[in-house]
Amino acid sequence: MSLTDKQIERYSRHIILEQVGGTGQEKLLASKVLIIGAGGLGAPAGLYLAAAGVGTIGIVDGDNVDLSNLQRQIIHHTADVGAEKIRSAEAKMLAINPETRVKTYKQWAKADNIREIIRDYDFVIDGTDNFAAKFLVNDACFFEKVPFSHAGILRFDGQLITVLPGETTCYRCVFDGPPPANAVASCSQAGVLGVLAGVIGSLQATEAIKYLLGLGDLLTGTLLTYNALSMDFRKVCLNRNPQCPLCGENPKITELRDEEQVVCDLDNCEC
Amino acid sequence: MNLVVNGRNTDITDTLTISELLTKEDVKMPQMVSVELNGQILKRSEFETTKLKGDDKVEFLYYMGGGTCL
Ligand SMILES: [Zn+2]
Repeated sequence: MSLTDKQIERYSRHIILEQVGGTGQEKLLASKVLIIGAGGLGAPAGLYLAAAGVGTIGIVDGDNVDLSNLQRQIIHHTADVGAEKIRSAEAKMLAINPETRVKTYKQWAKADNIREIIRDYDFVIDGTDNFAAKFLVNDACFFEKVPFSHAGILRFDGQLITVLPGETTCYRCVFDGPPPANAVASCSQAGVLGVLAGVIGSLQATEAIKYLLGLGDLLTGTLLTYNALSMDFRKVCLNRNPQCPLCGENPKITELRDEEQVVCDLDNCEC
Repeated sequence: MNLVVNGRNTDITDTLTISELLTKEDVKMPQMVSVELNGQILKRSEFETTKLKGDDKVEFLYYMGGGTCL
């Protein structure tokens, strides 16, 4: 594959980087990244990966755009309220870069569909919004051996870690399963500063691009935490856990299953 | 004695267990925290029994939901 004149112009600020160059750009164009969840984290990740020239971007989401999403899910615009998130996201990624091959999956990630989807991809971005889905992505990526970026945001805090399954610390090495339902803060108490999704989702996209290009140091075995109020970024070194139920010495989880969804206890939850 | 809790130096006088440290650090929902002690993740059942020593490095790691609400 060689770059066209238009591509050389479009990606010139990448190509001029010694560590990327034409070869690196061609690698990106031949790469496939899957984004699970077209929400706060998936939005900036999708936009930047499309702009960067990642050749194939898959997007999984079963939801429609809600007015309360727009405060942070910047891939969706006011006119998209009510539309399928995957369609809205696809349209914006193609508007930025019509060369992108966008594959859409209008479904919720579940134990019976996720492995088939992720096995076609080089890297996965976990942009899901609940614990059941986060453990599912972690486990599915482990079984399929697909590297991924895990992230979470809450109030003024965000964190992310990159996992090379079977080689580096996974989500279950740190948290062996979802928290008890009664411990999960209800939606009305929680909330999130919208721009936090932009910070953390963009960092996830950075990790994807670094992985695809083999550049720099990935956030493997390292949780990066960020607090928007103190503006502190901290790296917490996390070793693999020999007692991890998934990737430890005596794994208890040997096949993919859905964790019970931890739901809000409020009747009028708007999440 | 000195402890390093989430990167901050913390002075404690008595020997504390992990559970007691969680209380002292005013962690509202300990069920939402995983604890790493000197590079090793502790089992939840060890919170009550594990006593801290001087210069221990403790990390409280929080569950964080995601892009939408939790
Ligand atoms: Zn693990």
